[in-house]
Amino acid sequence: MNWWKRPVSETQITNGGRLWLYVLAWLVMLFLLAPTVIVIPMSFSESQYLEFPPRVWSLRWYEHYLESPEWIQATFTSLKAGLLTMLVATPIGVMAAYGLFVSKLRAASLIFLILVTPIMVPVILVAIGVFYVYVQVSLVNTLPGLVLAHSILAIPLVVIVVSSALKSYDMNQEMAARSLGASRLRAFMVITLPQIRFSVITAALLSFLTSFDEVIVAMFVSGGENSTLTRNMFNALRDQIDPTIAAISTIMIVVSTSLLVLAQLFGKSDKAE
Amino acid sequence: MSEIIAGAEALPITIRGATKTYGLVSALDNVDLDIRSGEFMTLLGPSGSGKTTLLMVLAGFTRPDHGSVRFGEREIVRTPPHKRDVGMVFQSYALFPHMTVEANVAFPLKLRGVSKADMAVRVERALETVQLGGYGGRRIDQLSGGQRQRVALARAIVFEPRILLMDEPLSALDKKLREQMQIELRRLHDKLGITTVYVTHDQREALTMSDRIAVINHGRVMQLGTPEQIYERPANRFVADFIGESTFLPVTISDGTARFGDMPLKVARMPEATGEMLLMLRPERLQLIANGASGVFETCSDMNSFKGIVRETVYQGDSFLMYTALDDGTEISLRGMTRRNSFANLPTAGDEIQLGLHCEDTVLISAKES
Amino acid sequence: MSEAVLKNFAAGSAQQPNRAELKRDASRERLVLFGLCSPALLLVLVIMVLPVGWLFWLSFLGDDGSFTLEHYQRMVESKSYARIFRNTFEVSLLTTGICILAGYPLAYFLSQLPRRMANLCLITVLLPFWTSLLVRTYAWLVLLQRKGLINEWAMDIGLWDEPVKLVHNLTGTLIGMVHIMLPFLILPVYGSMRAINRDYLKAAANLGASPTQAFWQVFLPLSLPGLFAGALIVFVLCLGFFVTPAVLGGGKVVMVSMRIATNIELFFNWGAASALGVVLLLMTLAILGAATKLLRFDQLLGGGHGS
Repeated sequence: MNWWKRPVSETQITNGGRLWLYVLAWLVMLFLLAPTVIVIPMSFSESQYLEFPPRVWSLRWYEHYLESPEWIQATFTSLKAGLLTMLVATPIGVMAAYGLFVSKLRAASLIFLILVTPIMVPVILVAIGVFYVYVQVSLVNTLPGLVLAHSILAIPLVVIVVSSALKSYDMNQEMAARSLGASRLRAFMVITLPQIRFSVITAALLSFLTSFDEVIVAMFVSGGENSTLTRNMFNALRDQIDPTIAAISTIMIVVSTSLLVLAQLFGKSDKAE
Repeated sequence: MSEIIAGAEALPITIRGATKTYGLVSALDNVDLDIRSGEFMTLLGPSGSGKTTLLMVLAGFTRPDHGSVRFGEREIVRTPPHKRDVGMVFQSYALFPHMTVEANVAFPLKLRGVSKADMAVRVERALETVQLGGYGGRRIDQLSGGQRQRVALARAIVFEPRILLMDEPLSALDKKLREQMQIELRRLHDKLGITTVYVTHDQREALTMSDRIAVINHGRVMQLGTPEQIYERPANRFVADFIGESTFLPVTISDGTARFGDMPLKVARMPEATGEMLLMLRPERLQLIANGASGVFETCSDMNSFKGIVRETVYQGDSFLMYTALDDGTEISLRGMTRRNSFANLPTAGDEIQLGLHCEDTVLISAKES
Repeated sequence: MSEAVLKNFAAGSAQQPNRAELKRDASRERLVLFGLCSPALLLVLVIMVLPVGWLFWLSFLGDDGSFTLEHYQRMVESKSYARIFRNTFEVSLLTTGICILAGYPLAYFLSQLPRRMANLCLITVLLPFWTSLLVRTYAWLVLLQRKGLINEWAMDIGLWDEPVKLVHNLTGTLIGMVHIMLPFLILPVYGSMRAINRDYLKAAANLGASPTQAFWQVFLPLSLPGLFAGALIVFVLCLGFFVTPAVLGGGKVVMVSMRIATNIELFFNWGAASALGVVLLLMTLAILGAATKLLRFDQLLGGGHGS
């Protein structure tokens, strides 16, 4: 039976009957993927106008990026902020997710709701609110201020990811460990944590990216020496299309993709397929 | 072959006034229970009866609202679970999948600071006790259900606890394996001599394995006794209904005589109460006395006889069930073995017969639930 | 029962001797577990709830520091604010609609593939999802400009003769926003589609339904919770969205969030900005609240506490 006529679903629809679906699906996938992919070769274009495919290949814009103190400074700021956010949000979020999961507090639902609000509230509000408070306590344009603000944006993600992992985890194992003589803390560290570690890693990577990619809060709260990469990019975009951004974008795409691959690799092993 | 042998003397368990309510629901209702040292005690009851809650109270995972729990002389109701030193086997085994069999079994020893050399010896001994000698290097996902169950057992006994708790450990196994494991667990208990508290909803399992059974419902102990006591002389309707198959016939006691309708009954052990009671009819205790068509088979002055008409006979391999309608319409069933002679003269539907119940088997219980 | 044991429990001992102590133990344990949540709670309360609450208060503050409703009044009366809100809703609805039309078929396609293939194709959805929002917006800026790729190719193949203005207007904004939002719709829908038990479709076919009927009457209804969740997330995100409309809209598409930002950055008008913000927040919460009535909150986020 050729491909056209092969039935492919429970309702015995054939490939031929579904052709329109295949075409549409591939178009959408192309739409999703193309822009990000195209930026990469474009960044190697010599001309100011970012041709595709580039007529002349050159590393001009990468050099420009690497030789620019502002861009490099901003990159380091973003990296530092990202790492610190990851280091702050992940343990706090894991603790909260575990505490909520294990305790039989009646307020647990409410606490979960509160912890998740940062992603429900429009970011602009969080940004100006935080900005307003920081002005009063002189935390504007400081790294700790930025990290704190980014942490609350990351905590909901950590809590959601880890809570979901705990839901599909057999808590009986912790009980078994405790019956055998392990305290709650020991049981968590030795038995539970190793088994949810992949979700924890995913949550950590998401925290990093949340901070690294964040624009709006950074716009208000980071500045001067502590200006982030995204803030500078955004300002540059509003003024004119600086081709250096293409180079920076490519670097960011590579970073994101690597993290995504890492997360996928780790994430899959966690759940039973 | 070296196995674990009985170590220090097993501990008795004393429960007084254990109560646990969740909102309006009473999971445990002022439970008093004494479990003797070295005894195999089964907590038997339907789901939601409180038997698992009671076990969890013993393990320390459920904190009662009030009450006392003692292991021997020591009051432990406020002791956290990891300090209670009891072995526990969970329904789902709860083996640690990221560790090998050996690491699983060694886990409690590691926590107790046992030396590495000692650990290896004791782990192997525990594995041999459950007939899994040499399986130390296997991963958990390589084991069958029955093997996992044994590893869980080995892990629970390796540190030689004096009390063993088991929460329906055999429910995940198929029938044949389950019956085999029932005997093995009992033998293990006898060998180790530990006080064992076993939770199950399967009455056959309870009757097979236990020294004593505590039948539990609605958070209360309905009856405490040996398997024989529970089966032969149930204390109330719930126990009579839950254990074995029975039909209940209404009976009144007045002037020292028990009557089913008009018919007086011969009762070997007359209860002290009067008024409304129930006659518990067990299918396997009824006998065929007379078959209208083919005559009388046996009779005896100690028998109570019931007249009725056969409705249908169902063949069930090792036994058969004969459904009979009594004069007043109630349907009772007789269970007989399918041996040649008892099968030979079986009545057919429509036959008028007489069923007999020996006075010793005539058990009267109160009409109230508890 | 052993006589000796009974004697140990003297008749005089209280009915419930250790109720208080056990209760204390339970409270202590609860406190410790609550303690685990406290750093996160503290952070969120101090860094977010408090500032937003402050803003709330600010919105009622006049220039002289007195209580006033003038900011809200101005919002209601001013035509430009009305236009901004209308714009915001329009863009959000359009984006959500386009995402549903484009995303649902893709999710369906993915759900019909064997797992391996599906996971591979899912990368086309996940990769943009993990790529910086700014980078993607920039990519569209470059692609859609007059001398950009889209115009060049379209003119090459003869779709149109003159470069069409694809960016710095609503079209560009929509294209960019749909690109950002599609993964947010596809992932929940895909998840709920995967969870549909195949036996339902077999039963439908067995009972006489044609493939189309089976889809419309069995599959689609079962996938609606995921679709609803995805559409909700997209809509709510669009309401508050800033970066993409700011870059691709060229000033022609003004969303509420952008107005809030300009109120602060250019006018330092905290009163107006916070009033706008409060309204935006209340709208968002109202929509989420209405949605929760129709769908349990846990299902939306896949989180929640276990037993």
